[in-house]
Amino acid sequence: MDYSQFLAMKQEIGLLIVFLLVFLYDTFMPKKALNATAGFTCGVFAIFTVASFCCLSACEYTSAFAGMYVTGPVMSTIKNILNVGVLIVLIQATQWANSEFQIMRRGEFYELLLLTLFGMYLMISARHFLLFVIGLESASLPLAAMVAFDKKHYESHEAAIKYILTAVFSSAIFMMGLSFVYGLSGSLYFSDIYSALGAANSVMLTMAIAFVISGIGFKLSLVPFHLWTADVYQGAPTSVTSYLSVISKGAAAFAFLVILVQAFGQFYSDAWEWMLYALIILTITVGNLFAIRQRNMKRFLAFSSVSQAGYIMLGVIAYNTTGLASMMYYILVYIFSNLAAFGVIGAIENATGKLDMTDYNGLYKTNPRLSVAMMLAMFSLAGIPPFAGFFSKFFIFTGAIQQGSTAIYVLVLIALINTIISLYYYLLVVKAMFINTENECVIPSFRSSCSERLGLWISVAGIILLGIVSCFYNAILSMTSSGTLLLEL
Amino acid sequence: MDATLPIIILALPLFMFLFLGLLGKYMSHRLAGILGTAGMGVTLICAYTVAFTYFFSGNPDFINADGERLQQIVFNVTWLQFTPSLVLRLGFLIDPISAMMLVVITTISFMVHLYSNGYMRDHHGVWEKGFQRFYAFLSLFSFSMLGLVVATNIFQMYIFWELVGASSYLLIGFYYTRPSAVSASKKAFIVTRFADLGFLIGILILSFYAGTFDFTQLTSVAVEGLNNVYQVSEGTANSILTLFTENPASTFMGASVLTWALVLIFMGGMGKSAMMPLHIWLPDAMEGPTPVSALIHAATMVVAGVYLVARLFPLYLMETAALNIIVVVGALTAFYAAMVACVQIDIKRVLAFSTISQIAFMMVSLGVARPEFHHGLGYMASMFHLFTHAMFKALLFLCAGALIHAIGSNDYTAMHGLRKYMPITHITFLIGCLAIAGIIPFAGFFSKDEILTACFGHSIFWYIWMSLVAGLTAFYMFRLYFLIFWWKEHKVHDPHHAPHDQAWTMTLPLVILAVVSCLAGFVPFGNLVTWNGHPMFESVNFFTNLANLDWSVAAISLTVAVVAILIAMKMYKTENELPAKMRNALPALWDWCYHRFYWDELYMFITHRIIFGLVCKPIAWFDRHIIDGTMDGFATITNKASWSIRGLQSGNVQMYVWIYLIGVILLGSITAICLL
Repeated sequence: MDYSQFLAMKQEIGLLIVFLLVFLYDTFMPKKALNATAGFTCGVFAIFTVASFCCLSACEYTSAFAGMYVTGPVMSTIKNILNVGVLIVLIQATQWANSEFQIMRRGEFYELLLLTLFGMYLMISARHFLLFVIGLESASLPLAAMVAFDKKHYESHEAAIKYILTAVFSSAIFMMGLSFVYGLSGSLYFSDIYSALGAANSVMLTMAIAFVISGIGFKLSLVPFHLWTADVYQGAPTSVTSYLSVISKGAAAFAFLVILVQAFGQFYSDAWEWMLYALIILTITVGNLFAIRQRNMKRFLAFSSVSQAGYIMLGVIAYNTTGLASMMYYILVYIFSNLAAFGVIGAIENATGKLDMTDYNGLYKTNPRLSVAMMLAMFSLAGIPPFAGFFSKFFIFTGAIQQGSTAIYVLVLIALINTIISLYYYLLVVKAMFINTENECVIPSFRSSCSERLGLWISVAGIILLGIVSCFYNAILSMTSSGTLLLEL
Repeated sequence: MDATLPIIILALPLFMFLFLGLLGKYMSHRLAGILGTAGMGVTLICAYTVAFTYFFSGNPDFINADGERLQQIVFNVTWLQFTPSLVLRLGFLIDPISAMMLVVITTISFMVHLYSNGYMRDHHGVWEKGFQRFYAFLSLFSFSMLGLVVATNIFQMYIFWELVGASSYLLIGFYYTRPSAVSASKKAFIVTRFADLGFLIGILILSFYAGTFDFTQLTSVAVEGLNNVYQVSEGTANSILTLFTENPASTFMGASVLTWALVLIFMGGMGKSAMMPLHIWLPDAMEGPTPVSALIHAATMVVAGVYLVARLFPLYLMETAALNIIVVVGALTAFYAAMVACVQIDIKRVLAFSTISQIAFMMVSLGVARPEFHHGLGYMASMFHLFTHAMFKALLFLCAGALIHAIGSNDYTAMHGLRKYMPITHITFLIGCLAIAGIIPFAGFFSKDEILTACFGHSIFWYIWMSLVAGLTAFYMFRLYFLIFWWKEHKVHDPHHAPHDQAWTMTLPLVILAVVSCLAGFVPFGNLVTWNGHPMFESVNFFTNLANLDWSVAAISLTVAVVAILIAMKMYKTENELPAKMRNALPALWDWCYHRFYWDELYMFITHRIIFGLVCKPIAWFDRHIIDGTMDGFATITNKASWSIRGLQSGNVQMYVWIYLIGVILLGSITAICLL
């Protein structure tokens, strides 16, 4: 065996080193030094993020282990985007991880989080379903432990149970789909499936594709596979929720695109375009309809993230390089916007324990900076120019429309109408903070911790800069459209 | 050219805007003024360096072996890329006109920054409220104007065009507690915005057919062997014309589509440059502080329209119909504004109408320019006049500011006989008047003479017409001059509060601009700025312009100007009955001129009676009942739907799994049934 193949996995190896360092630190350092675990993890991970970003320019398309694993500029970029998100999550989680109840276990939190990220890396780079399933499972199972992290809270346990039950169920369905595919094609390599299946379509294949879609749709919380989302998001600790809602989703969305294009690309217009079409409409609409009703901020953001996933899927259904670029850009922007929102929610929860939207009434009077950050996050999520969210929505619509069929035009129109509905509920939060000031403010004025503020500053800077400075999107677009066709990702 | 200086030229004013705008309230007034002025000073030095390098370094990037000046794109960054062809870029284009505009804008802007240190405080040295904000806005304006002139493509120009409009809005409405200032700023914004609608449509038509926004692709060809260097070419403009004519839909309502595009683009220019009938905002814009009027409404923003036409001039040459429209609009405006200026009482309004009239001169000059006649003399004359006019009109406005500051009123009736009290202001104002009247050797003489020569070469009718307007110009300016500084003795109630020349910060810009107004006429513009960069003279020295005058035209225009000045002197030098008699002899004409030919009333009638009454009210009804009703309906439906599906989210995990399973099976089977 040629061991130099491992060199292709630079990012994975780097991540493993980070994990090992954190693990060793947590296990062997004296008790006093453990107070610095959070800072240590953030620091090491920040170094890893920067290093991995610097390696981006040198990254070439490489495949290893008989084609099971590939990496390339695009995959390296999406991993970098996830890294940025994880870094913000880690920074924001510091305050919570150092709180009294978590001290005993905070090392585990970081270790589990890094392991799931490793699983997501594998999902992105896998070109063989076996490796993919390993990635998927290692990205899912530790998450259940993370969801159950708040031992004192009954909801946390409930959420974890619900999560693991549905996750196992969806894995089972996914595997069944895979076994169908294996039976039809005789291989688990994406490229072999593509060539072995030919253009022949059958009921069994359609069902298999539906099963596969549902398996990853579960991770993305597409409707109707989303029902776990609200309960889990609400019950899980806020840091875990923010991780679930952005990182896990971003990785799954990219893997979804790769699988659909590389394994089932020839059935685009015969099968999965229409499945996705229905799922997108359902996801965006149902997510919005539920979000309108929510009064708990975490539940509210859960449904908001359901409908955002629908928008991300527009980049997949576009089935072209612009769609891919706009999807990656959308994920990047979504990371910043959603993490800004969760950052504010987390800060308020840590300081006061309040999570209800009515508690936010008059927040501007007591905590003007937090309110402005929250407002920017809401504007960006709703897609109001000149913030990043506007451009990401704009580009993802452009990408979808370039596909050119009338059906897609209708789809984009429906998505546009839904942005109006979403504007309503995002602005409800803004209204609560800035306009509903008659009654007494529930949340007193407080000073959030340094780590929380740092996380918020990064997110807010991202929201503003990604909107104004165009080079990020241009870089992604030129990379995806130069040479790498979707089939060779 | 290295991109450092160009970037500083754009970035520094923007930085000063943000800096003074965000942190201004934490610093003293004096510091804010000094910082703003210093920032503009540095910008001025950079702009001068860039312009002088461009004109005089002889670098092959800027001038070729035949002495023809070239265009260079210093930098051009992609800002938004929608598709491979639809790209919005922001960049820096340097060519004769943009280099000249850099000099004009930074000079005037710096003078105004300096001058405002004195103007924006009262006699007791108390600073105006919002002084820092004022400097922040001035910087914003300078940034937008600089961005406009160096635009590499028409879309960038449009962006900065709107920014210029917005900053002008902010500056006109600077005294926002005054209702008249607020309504003036609103009026300026609405009128120019309305004109910009035409501009935008024009841009869309032009770029739709031509497939590009870039000026260099519309009007020039790339020079071989050099990077990002272009030369203006009639051939490129001609191929754009071919693109239009080969299109099946090449005419619309009797005119070719290219003509429509160019006329609509000119409409944007009409708004910004206050051409009739979109001129109504400019006189009202005088509500802003006087330095603002000098900067925006005399020297820089209002010539944006002229600049726009000059920028696209090779395309206009392809459609002379559009040029003829420009001539007619310009000539009518010039005459109209000159007539109105003869009877106004407010000195700033006189200057405002004078500005309208002079800009119309530039427009006419562009309209009559043809390559056949002296290599497009009209184009050069127009740019020359833009340059000299900026200097002497800014001078006149700043003098007016000094007068207003000293007297405390805008009316000349409160002034009279000030020559003894304000000698420096008197001399500099006189120089300004001589320059605008076109007396040799002041700046205006040379540029106006070139314009008249160009008109003469085009058609004898427009020549006579414009000469007449030039005579009117001399008359109303000297009417103003005599009424302010002569007429009768100034009544001084209290010798301690006699009017006097203002502080050095205000006087120094006057002196500098007066010197420039004396000398600017000798700049050999024919070798610096021509429509295709081709030089007009073999060799140049200080007297080139004088030596190349067409003396037959010059003699007539001089005679006209001198006669007009003599009439003004006769009527207004000492207090007499003649003006009142004239007024009584032609009461109707006087009334019409005084009321600016009732344009404002006409607009009021059209907007209030016709548009509001007949169009807006039905639309408002439709909006309230139909559109709002539909939206309310949507909201109700959304709400109901949201209620009705809430049962799905039961919290029961078995239920979740069931829905999941049913969802998958339905998804697969429906797709299978439909597609197989």
